Order: sequence, then C-alpha cells, then structure tokens
Amino acid sequence: MHVTLLAATLAPRATSGLLGERVGERVGEQLAGVDAGADPRCYSRLVNEWFCWDYVRDYRPEIIDATLQHLLITLASVLLGLAIAFPLALLARRYPRLESTILGVSTGLYTVPSIALFPLLVPFTGLSATTVVIGLALYALTILVRALLEGLRAVPEDVREAARGLGYGAGRLLLRVELPLAVPVLVAGLRVATVSTVALTTVGSLVSYGGLGNLIRDGVQGNFRAELMTAAVLCVVLAVLLDVLLVLVQRAATPWTRGRQGQGATA
Amino acid sequence: MRVLQDAWRYLTDASSWTGDGGMLALLAEQLLLTAGALGIAMLVGLPLALWLGHLGRGGFLAINITNVGRAVPTFALLALLVTADPWGWTGDLFPGTATLGPFGRGGAATLVALALFALPPIITNAYTAVREVPTEVREAARGMGMSGWQVFRRAEWPLALPLVASGVRLALVQVWATATIAALVAGPGLGRVITDGFFRTQYGKGIAGAIVVAAVALVLELLAAWVQRAVTPPGAPGAASPGRSRRVSPDRNTVAP
Repeated sequence: MHVTLLAATLAPRATSGLLGERVGERVGEQLAGVDAGADPRCYSRLVNEWFCWDYVRDYRPEIIDATLQHLLITLASVLLGLAIAFPLALLARRYPRLESTILGVSTGLYTVPSIALFPLLVPFTGLSATTVVIGLALYALTILVRALLEGLRAVPEDVREAARGLGYGAGRLLLRVELPLAVPVLVAGLRVATVSTVALTTVGSLVSYGGLGNLIRDGVQGNFRAELMTAAVLCVVLAVLLDVLLVLVQRAATPWTRGRQGQGATA
Repeated sequence: MRVLQDAWRYLTDASSWTGDGGMLALLAEQLLLTAGALGIAMLVGLPLALWLGHLGRGGFLAINITNVGRAVPTFALLALLVTADPWGWTGDLFPGTATLGPFGRGGAATLVALALFALPPIITNAYTAVREVPTEVREAARGMGMSGWQVFRRAEWPLALPLVASGVRLALVQVWATATIAALVAGPGLGRVITDGFFRTQYGKGIAGAIVVAAVALVLELLAAWVQRAVTPPGAPGAASPGRSRRVSPDRNTVAP
C-alpha cells in the first residue's frame, strides 16, 4: 500500500530533473546494501523512517554544508536589513512626513509572499544567494525599522533633556544615550526578525540557495523522510539557538534592566 | 533581462490563463483555499480567543502560540502535513495528496495546514484586543448591572473589533503567502506556476507567476485594510491617525512566509 502511494506521489514530479539523480543514488545505495547482506539503513527506501540517526551519520557533510549555508544566509540578511533599517528609522524620525511613506512601502513589501519575491529579484541578481539575502533583508527591514523607531521613541524626554544639558550634541546623544536605551526594544525586534528569517530561508530552495530548505525540498520530492525531518528539526533548533543568543547579548548589553526582567520583550 | 520579456510574453498569452491548469483556474483554486482556511481558522480561533480574553486567562498560551509558530518553517510543516501521513496513526484516513473537490490536489491537507497557520495571528490579536479594553470600561459596564455576556457584547466587543480585524487581515495575507508555498509541496494554487517555471528552467513563466501572486497579495491587503477601516469607528484606539500607529503594533510581528 505504501509502495503504491509512493509511486503515486513521485510520478508527477519525475520530470523535474533535479531529483532524478538523488533518488537513483539512494536506491543504488540501498541495493548495494542488500547485495552485501547488510541490514537496510533506516533511511532506505523500504524502511524510510522519519527519525534516523544513520542518515545524520552517513550524510553528515551534506547536512553541515546546508546548515552553514542556512546560518550564513540568515545572518547576512538580518545584518543587511539592520544596516538599511538604521538610516531609514533615523530619517523617519527626523522627517515625520517621510515616516508614513517608509512604513507604508516596507509594509507593502512585507505583503508580497517570499516565494513570489525571490522570482521577482531573479532578473536582477540571478539564481544566487544574493537574491535570497536581499529578499530576506527586505522582510527583516520592516520589523527592524519599526523596532528602531519604537525603541528611540521610548527614550524618556527628560533623559534627552538632561543629556543635552550636559552638552551632548545630536550624534553623541544618539550613540551614547538613545541607542543604548533603545536596545531592549531593538533586540525584541531583532529576535522576531531573526527567528522568522531562519524559517523563511527555507523558501530560498526555489533558487537552490535555501540552506536546510534545499534538503527539505529534496526530501519532499524524493519522499526521503529522514532528510525532510532532520532538516526541519535543525531549522527549529537553529532558530531557538539564535534567539537564546540574542537574549544573552541583550542581557550583557543592558545590565540595568536585569532587575525588571522581560519588560522590553514584545509578545 | 530576457527573462522579463519571457515573463511578459507568458502574462499576455491568453492560453496561459485559460483552460485546465491555466492561471485563472489556479487563481480561483488558491482564492478558494485561502478563504476556506481563513474561515475555518476564524471559526475555531475567534470564539476561543475572545472567550479567554473575556475571562482574562490563558495569556501565556496566546502569546506563545505566536512565538512557536514563527520558528517552525511553514515550508517544512506543509511538507510534513501534506506529503504523507507523518506517523501512520490515521491509517489510510489521512488525506495526503488526495483531491478534494474544488480545492484541488492535496486539498484537504493543504486546507488544514493553512488553517493552522492562520490561527496564531487571529488568536493573539483577538486575545490582546479584549485584554486591552480599559478596566474602567469593563467595571463601569458591570456596575451598570450588565451580565458577563452583556459586558462582552456591548462593551468589550465594539472596542476590540479594530484589533481583531487587524489580526484577521494579517492572517489573510499570511494564508495567501502560505498557500503559494503549498504548491512547492502538494499542488493546488498559483505557486505551481512559479515552481514549474523554476524547476523546469522556464524562468519567464516562474516570474510571471510571481507577478500574479504578488499583485493579488497586494490587492487582498488593500481590500482587507479597507474592510478594517470600515469596521473601525472614528476615534477608536485602532483608527488610522495621520501619523499612523505610534508603536510596534502587536499585529505586525509575524512575517508572511
């Protein structure tokens, strides 16, 4: 019964080229195993378990490569998003008339599904990691501009007054007073942006730069359950690790908030 | 830039729109899926969240459901839900890629997956909306002798409506985006045009599909914004003010996939 289901799910996709080799490769491996009289691997086509340690061991280089690609794409996207969000937030704060335009355009971008945004970038950046990074940075941007604006606004006016009274200029006020005080709200935004970027990176598999998403795609197309599940679990683990890292960074950067935990965190 | 010309040619070619598997049919299919999933999610999520908000309990759940939902890649979850019965618990009952009427191939499983993805924004916003009703209002209503239901119906609900609507609006955008990804996995909807184009190296076609998906997403967002404005009484907390919302509103912290 499972075999017919398999055949049925595979048949319409057999044309998509990309998977042909991989499936062949896996069947070949499995047959070799049978010839040698060894136990079939738990990821072999007949057993096809969801959780399979043999898979992780045998395919380790591939998994590590995909995870590294995933991590690099995520970090590059969030950093690029932050680099663009920073001047935009300052502009929006300086010129209130620009604010609704900046927020409106970034929210509009946000509405475009990622799977449609990547193809729209392809004519300009080709089938490359750049396409994915730019696309994801645009999504992160929306969250980060809002977080930055919100964080800067949360700085009490009397603190600003006091700093000015001490002779702080605009630049020094921003760097030494406003930004440090905005850190909790900014980090809350960064956490949201990072965690969703980790999840969204998988969609980059459309242009073959999806990190773990590539494994998920291949797992779906080849009905390779262990590959699909391992990649999905690694995605969640990566997201949680980065989230925890950001919380730790925030704690280290804002020792004064330690008394009142969780105040800056958004829902 | 040649791909852009290809995309234009595909968009302007009548035969790519009509017929079985044409873009019009796929568009209808995806709109139907989106509406269906959103409907299910509202039916399940709204009463639950409003009730919890009214009682003032379960805030932990309402907040964390969003955080957890964000970390799980929609693509992976769709793949798990749609490609197969993940653990074989349901025997052959799990719909998998079976066709469901107008929802197309993989219809039932996609519908379930999409409804799941629509739940977090709906629940979180509806819960927050009711919780954010000022205590004085609630107490005044109670002081006037209103019953629990009346307090909800006549005080909390009208005040909560704008934020509830913004949650539904966010869910709509999200479901539309996720429905497109569903094509990577199962089959129904416009995402098919994109994935077909990309996996068969007809990039023009893929880009054409992306243009249609993006355009419809923007139209849906504008429509939803219009509806939201229509249900928001002037001067209400969620009403559009010239400077727009002055805070990172809770309705905007999930990314459409």
